[in-house]
Amino acid sequence: MKKIIKIEGLTKKFGNLVAVDNINLNVEKGKIFAFLGPNGAGKSTTIKMLTTLLSPTKGKISLNGYDVTNDKNEARKSFGIVFQDPSIDIELTALENMHFHAVLYKVEKSIRKEKTEELLKMVDLWDRKDDFIKNFSGGIKRRLEIARGLLHNPEILFLDEPTLGLDTQTRAYMWEYIKKMNKEKTITVFFTTHYLDEVEKIANDVAIIDKGKIISKGTVDEIKKENHTKSLEEAFLKLTGRKIREEGADKNNSMKIRVKK
Amino acid sequence: MLSTIYILWLRQIKRYFRSKSRVFGSFGQPILFLVAFGFGPMYEKAAGGDYIQFLAPGIISMSILFSAIFSGIDMIWDKQFGFLKETLVAPVSRFSIIFGRTLGGATIAVFQGIVVLLLSMVVGFRPDNWALLPLAFVFALLIALFFAAFGTAIASKLDDMQGFHLIMSFLVMPIFFLAGSLFSLEGLPKAIEFITKINSLTYGIDGLRTALSGASNFSIYLDLGVLTFLTIAMFVIGAKLFAKIEI
Repeated sequence: MKKIIKIEGLTKKFGNLVAVDNINLNVEKGKIFAFLGPNGAGKSTTIKMLTTLLSPTKGKISLNGYDVTNDKNEARKSFGIVFQDPSIDIELTALENMHFHAVLYKVEKSIRKEKTEELLKMVDLWDRKDDFIKNFSGGIKRRLEIARGLLHNPEILFLDEPTLGLDTQTRAYMWEYIKKMNKEKTITVFFTTHYLDEVEKIANDVAIIDKGKIISKGTVDEIKKENHTKSLEEAFLKLTGRKIREEGADKNNSMKIRVKK
Repeated sequence: MLSTIYILWLRQIKRYFRSKSRVFGSFGQPILFLVAFGFGPMYEKAAGGDYIQFLAPGIISMSILFSAIFSGIDMIWDKQFGFLKETLVAPVSRFSIIFGRTLGGATIAVFQGIVVLLLSMVVGFRPDNWALLPLAFVFALLIALFFAAFGTAIASKLDDMQGFHLIMSFLVMPIFFLAGSLFSLEGLPKAIEFITKINSLTYGIDGLRTALSGASNFSIYLDLGVLTFLTIAMFVIGAKLFAKIEI
C-alpha cells in the first residue's frame, strides 16, 4: 500500500516547550486514520504542520509524495481540511464560498459548476446555496466545509474534531458521508476527535499522542489487545492516565494566531 | 495569480456593499467635518481665500485614510472568524492574497473619496481645474493603497481588536491632523513641522490639493515621488509581515 502521509522525526518547539517531540507516522492511502490524544498533547500542532500552517522545527512531512516545506503548493493541492472552528466567510453565500475556494484551488471552470452542485447536493445544501452563512447553524456550516474541502478533488481529507458540538443526527450523517467518500473516491481521511466510540466504529488505524510523543499506534483491535481492555476508551485512559489536562489558552488553540517572533 | 487577486478583491467589494451600515456610516464623519468647519467660525479666520477650497481635499483624504486603514485592520476579524485559514492553506502565494485584499480595500476607499468629493461640491466646493481630475484620482488611489497596506501590516501583528483604540488615538488621528488636512502647514513649530514632513498623508493631501484646488506646499513631482515610493515600501513590509503569520 502506498504511504500517502509520511512523517519523519517531526518536532515543534515553542521556545522551551516541545509541543511535538520527534514523531514518526505513516498513513496508508485509502485509510481512515484517527489521531487521538488528550488536550494539549500536540494534536493540533501536528495538524497545523501537516497542513502547512506552521513550519516544523525539525523533521520531514510528505503528503501524496510532496514535501510540505519545499513543495508547499503541490502539497496543499493534495489535501482538503475542515478546521475545528468554522473557516467560511459568513458574509458570503454558500455558493460564493464554494466559488471562492474553486478559484483559489484553480478548479477548471468547465467542471466548477457541476462539481459544486454535486457536492452541495451530497451534503443536502443545494436548496440553501444562495443563503448567507451567518444564517446557518454550526452543523450546516460543518457540512458546507466538508463539501468545500472536497471541491478540488483532494487525495487526503483532514478533519480536526469534525463532530464537536454537533447533535447525534448530524454526527451520524457526517460519518456516513465521510465513509462513503472514503470508499468511492479512495480519499484518505485523517481526523482527530475526543469521541472514542466514533473511532471504534469508523477508523482503520489509530495513533495516540501524549506530551508530544506517539505512545501507541495500530488498529483499534491491536490497541485494545495490547492494553487488555474491552474498549478503546479504556485503553486510552490506561495509556494517558485519568488526570484532567489543562490546555494553555494562548497556546495551540485554533482560535489564536501567532506571529513568528 | 491574477484570478487569486481578483477573487480576494471581489470579496472585499461584496462585503462592503452588503453592509449598508458600513456604507452609510462611513459618510457621517466627512459630512460632519465639511459642515462644521466649512461653515463654521474657521471660515472667517482663514485668511486669504475660500476655506472650503482648502478644506475639501483634506476631508476627501480623511475619508480615504479611514476607509483604507480600516479595511486593512478588518483582517483581524478574518483571523478571529477563521476565514483567514482558508486562504492560508490554499495553494497560492501569500503575496497574491494580501495584494488582492489590499486592492479591494483601496478600491472601496477611492469610491468613498469620490462620494465625499461630490458631497463637498454640494456645500460649495468647485475643482479649480477639471482637467486635473485624473491627477486627483491618482493621488486618491495612492493614499488608499498606502493606508490599506498599512492597515494590513498592523493587522498581521495584532491578534484581536483590543488594540484598535490605541491605533485609533495614537496613529490614525495624529496622521490625519498632522498632515495639513484642516489647516495650512505654514508657521508650525519645528517639532510639529518635522512630523508633518515624515507623514505620508501630507504628500497625499498636498498632491490632492494641487489637483483639486490649485494650491500646494511642495511640487507635484515631489508629492508623487514620495507617495509612490512609500506605497511600494509599505506593500513590501505588509507582505513580509503577512507571510510570517502562523496560526
